[in-house]
Amino acid sequence: MSIELGNFTAEERAAQEERLRKVWGTPKGLRYWTSVNNSEIGLWYACTAFAFMLFAGGLGLLMRLQLVVPNNNFLSADFFNQAFTLHGTVMMFLFAVPIFEAIAIFLLPSMLGARELPFPRLSAFGYWSFLLGGVFVCGSIFFNAAPNAGWFMYPPLATDEKYSGIGADIWLLGLSFIEVASIAAAVEIIVGIMKCRAPGMRINLMPMFAWYLLIVAGMILFAFPPLIAGDLLFEMERMFDWPFFDVARGGDPLLWQHLFWIFGHPEVYIIFLPAIALMAMIVPTFSQRPIVGYSWIVLAAVGTGFLSFGLWVHHMFATGLPQISLAFFSAASEAVVIPTGVQIFVFVATMLAGRVIFSVPMLFGTGGLIIFVIGGLTGVMVALVPFDWQAHDTYFVVAHLHYVLIGGMLFPVVAGIYYYFPFVTGKKLSDAWGKAAFWLMFTGFNIAFFPMHLSGLRGMPRRVFTYPQDIGWDWFNLISTVGAFVFAAGVATFVIDILRPKPAPSEPNLNPWNSGTLEWTNNPAEDWGMRSVPIISSRYPLWDQPNLQADIEAGRFYLPDAKSGRRETLVTSVLDATPIQCLRVGGTSYVTIVAALALGGVFIALTFKWWIATIICSIITFAAIVTWLWRGTAQIPEAPETDVGLGLKLPIYVSGPASVGWWAMFITMVGDGTAFASLIFGYFFYWTVHDDFTAAAQGPGVVWPITALVLFVAAWGLTLLARQLNEKGPNGARIALVAAIIVTLAACGAGLAGPYLYAMDPTAHVYPATVWIVAIWAVVHGVVGAIMQLYCLARSLAGKMTGEYDQDIRNVALYWHFMAFTAVVTFAVVGLFPLVSA
Amino acid sequence: MTDDRLTGSECWPIRSRLFIGRITDRADARSFYRAGLMLAASLLCSCSGPQSALDPAGPEAEDVAILFFTMVVGGALIWCSVVGILFYASRKKHAYDAGQASRIILWCGVVFPTIVLGALLSYAVWLMPNIRPGFGEANARLRTIDVAGEQFWWRVRYQNAEGSAAFETANEVRVPVGERVLFKLTSPDVIHSFWIPVLGGKMDVIPGRENHLTLMAEKPGTYRGVCAEFCGPSHAFMAFTVVAMEPGAFEDWTKARASFDGARDAEGLALFLKHGCSACHAISGTEARGTIGPDLSGFGERGSVGVGALVNTQEDIARFIRNPSEIKPGARMPHFSMLPETDIQRIAAYLKGLQ
Repeated sequence: MSIELGNFTAEERAAQEERLRKVWGTPKGLRYWTSVNNSEIGLWYACTAFAFMLFAGGLGLLMRLQLVVPNNNFLSADFFNQAFTLHGTVMMFLFAVPIFEAIAIFLLPSMLGARELPFPRLSAFGYWSFLLGGVFVCGSIFFNAAPNAGWFMYPPLATDEKYSGIGADIWLLGLSFIEVASIAAAVEIIVGIMKCRAPGMRINLMPMFAWYLLIVAGMILFAFPPLIAGDLLFEMERMFDWPFFDVARGGDPLLWQHLFWIFGHPEVYIIFLPAIALMAMIVPTFSQRPIVGYSWIVLAAVGTGFLSFGLWVHHMFATGLPQISLAFFSAASEAVVIPTGVQIFVFVATMLAGRVIFSVPMLFGTGGLIIFVIGGLTGVMVALVPFDWQAHDTYFVVAHLHYVLIGGMLFPVVAGIYYYFPFVTGKKLSDAWGKAAFWLMFTGFNIAFFPMHLSGLRGMPRRVFTYPQDIGWDWFNLISTVGAFVFAAGVATFVIDILRPKPAPSEPNLNPWNSGTLEWTNNPAEDWGMRSVPIISSRYPLWDQPNLQADIEAGRFYLPDAKSGRRETLVTSVLDATPIQCLRVGGTSYVTIVAALALGGVFIALTFKWWIATIICSIITFAAIVTWLWRGTAQIPEAPETDVGLGLKLPIYVSGPASVGWWAMFITMVGDGTAFASLIFGYFFYWTVHDDFTAAAQGPGVVWPITALVLFVAAWGLTLLARQLNEKGPNGARIALVAAIIVTLAACGAGLAGPYLYAMDPTAHVYPATVWIVAIWAVVHGVVGAIMQLYCLARSLAGKMTGEYDQDIRNVALYWHFMAFTAVVTFAVVGLFPLVSA
Repeated sequence: MTDDRLTGSECWPIRSRLFIGRITDRADARSFYRAGLMLAASLLCSCSGPQSALDPAGPEAEDVAILFFTMVVGGALIWCSVVGILFYASRKKHAYDAGQASRIILWCGVVFPTIVLGALLSYAVWLMPNIRPGFGEANARLRTIDVAGEQFWWRVRYQNAEGSAAFETANEVRVPVGERVLFKLTSPDVIHSFWIPVLGGKMDVIPGRENHLTLMAEKPGTYRGVCAEFCGPSHAFMAFTVVAMEPGAFEDWTKARASFDGARDAEGLALFLKHGCSACHAISGTEARGTIGPDLSGFGERGSVGVGALVNTQEDIARFIRNPSEIKPGARMPHFSMLPETDIQRIAAYLKGLQ
């Protein structure tokens, strides 16, 4: 590097730090909760997720108490069913996925050398949504109203109002809300990793954790939307009696199973890969050498991500699908073992090539691997169709999934917490407590879960609230219960170690483990993250770049100051990480809390069918989001460029593909498109399962759908025209936008006119219901598109959008590319496909 | 019923009897291999039991049990090796260079699992059509038993040779030994799963679909089957008895059942009809023809009341009549505690006598 580093006197540095503190500081008192700083949000997120884990673990212990002896009546069947449903739901949706979003939000900026992730307010919004949705779902059990049909909610049991009561609505709406938060976090993580790395940190120099999180966030984007689409169908059936899963009216409960497991299987890897990512940070540190096989492990992680989408049918081997498709999914399920094996042996190889220091994080890490390997081996077994026919839905599977998730996820997370605790607080956790916690957890876990393999093969189905005395399950269950409590004692030891007051270390050390990655240069006592944004030339810069830490702390790199009084971070190019923008990110704000609480209000009011409250909350949500965008995004800066240090001047405002907003829109729409594809999948699913999928019912005709299609395409064209004209001046663009709004609204009307005018009754049969749901999907997106056009018009009139500063219209045009695609597919399918298939 | 408290040495005679039976139809070498594996299995004596997939009474369950024990041995070896390598790697003093170390990724992470999984998968895919022969022609000639899973009991209909319904029973499946039987599985309410672990794997019972499952029993005896898919409050009680009978005894039983006469105890029957039991329950040879609940013909022979919730004694029957949902949460049968106790006892005695 030939760049001359900055040199500041002690006074200059003190003044810089004063300004940085003022800009990045966390508010005091009650206003503390309005913070959007990644270190606050990440910490709240992690603590909340951990609390949910303890809650769900408590439910697990109650279940183990009920099963300790045969014919026990400690819990009622009804409570037991609520308990296991919530246990699975909370562990998956409120702990396993959010804890990684939490860790990612906390760690990523420091690892990547950014001050912040690009959308801190979005993180805050996600957190508050998660908190509210989680409390709503968990709290239901105290009112005896928790979901009770199992965490995969199979209809028709879960659609049976008499059985599932309001619990199923709480599950569907509460979790949809949380899924929205997860997707928000995924957008944040992807854009953060791609665009906010330190200069010089080319994509092949990224820390392993960033690679893994990039893959996982991508998986969330494709895995969660099918579930959201499924939730939508499910809730339409429950709320308005649209018969998507009712066989009497052409529905099919298996569609739910497909949609659920298209989500549910990648979900397992969404949980597992970030844990491996933590291991990939820990193992090199304690082997005191770079990871061996960097490209192996990256390719393996990508391969796992891809394969995980081709496995879902292995949850459905016993549903009577043709054997040929079972064989295909069996092969795919076995294939995923290979990249998983590669990842494990990358760690082994790194340890072999290094000098291993065996400390508590390594103890939890390797202990987790030892457990996980058993889960992997039983996974190989259940992926074989003939064996799965026996093991499916038994305690063998219960044992398998706990070996995989606790070994592959919980232990590495605990390892990660021991490893990163000094990064968060500046203090280490205790070795003695850590060892005690480990051995209690490790032995307790195996005592609890190993016997379940045997009780399962001796015929014990999962989800039974009691069992008879004389068929040989008694001892296994007794042992499992004892083990569960030993395991719980281990978790309690760990929690106590975290909570107990700890003395400050005698010699403060930012990097107590002698790690090589960038995050260890951060001072946990300061809110600004990186003191200055360094230039990176190595995968392990702290090992390879001399004097790096001192130079960062002396502010000798980029952005050592905050003269503008705004929160600034560097945006770099996707592959090579050359600086392209000085991004101003949102600061402390109430608007995110208001938006999240109001959106939560919408979902909660819907659950109880309080329509007026639903409408009021929707309006508040809408207003909050518009305020948030209007005042917080695409602000025209006081000058086109700013000095980021080291003689570099960067633009403050960029638009189009160079900007983070454009990427966020693109990524969001990919997820949205996946949900749409899932609905279309549903349409064709019914076509394949029925001889005459229309059941001779009236369709929406051809004329109206094709009119809608043409009008939507025209609206798309007008939006693009507005974008072009805007570069020349505001007037043409404004006229085009007005025309676009009118055409869009006409298109929306035409879209609904077909099913409406032909009097298609969505409660009569699944065919009209399917046509309605895809048409409504397209029209709702059309309305959102019209609001966006209106927003651009307003921005233009307010002088906030000009030919030079045109981020808004460019992002809206991007939305409209997806919108046009959605409309063309929707109306071509509903209008033309019945003709083709007839 | 097989006793699950057998010790390891006591398990062996049962198992060896099974092998002698099977040596005749498969190659000797393979049978010895099986015998060896199953000996090891019987040492794990925790595997036996009336509902154990590892105590097979039919060829599908046996093939899967052998597959399982093979995988357990292989898996244990792999696990020990991985743990061994991890321990070795975590010792401080040995420096391999990165090139040497990365060879372990290639060999242990890619080559070895590809070979092992390839072999395992080929075997399992080959096994599938063998243990579950394809649908269609071949199955059409099999003896068919229609099974409906209903919340929370099993309706079992036997067909006669012409394929029409011969008689109906509930919560008890009787099959002849040595003959492959076709189960046609349907559900009028929610998803259940039909599973007889000692005979083979399970098959889901899904509303709107008719799933087919063929199974064969080779060892006479009384076993236990269950619903394996969570189906509501009394999922835990949705079990059924499986009786594998010698073919002659099975034929005798079907004849007896087809001409069952539940009217021998006229007084009990009169009370049964008077209190409206026949609105839901049918008893052959009487005017009780209800179809909502289980057919009670031959009820006295069954092993339990409330599908495994209680043992089938007169007092248990009476207790169930008084308040079914106390014993089976979510059961559709209303409580009859308002009936005079003498009538309840009399009806219970009548039902117990239906043999």
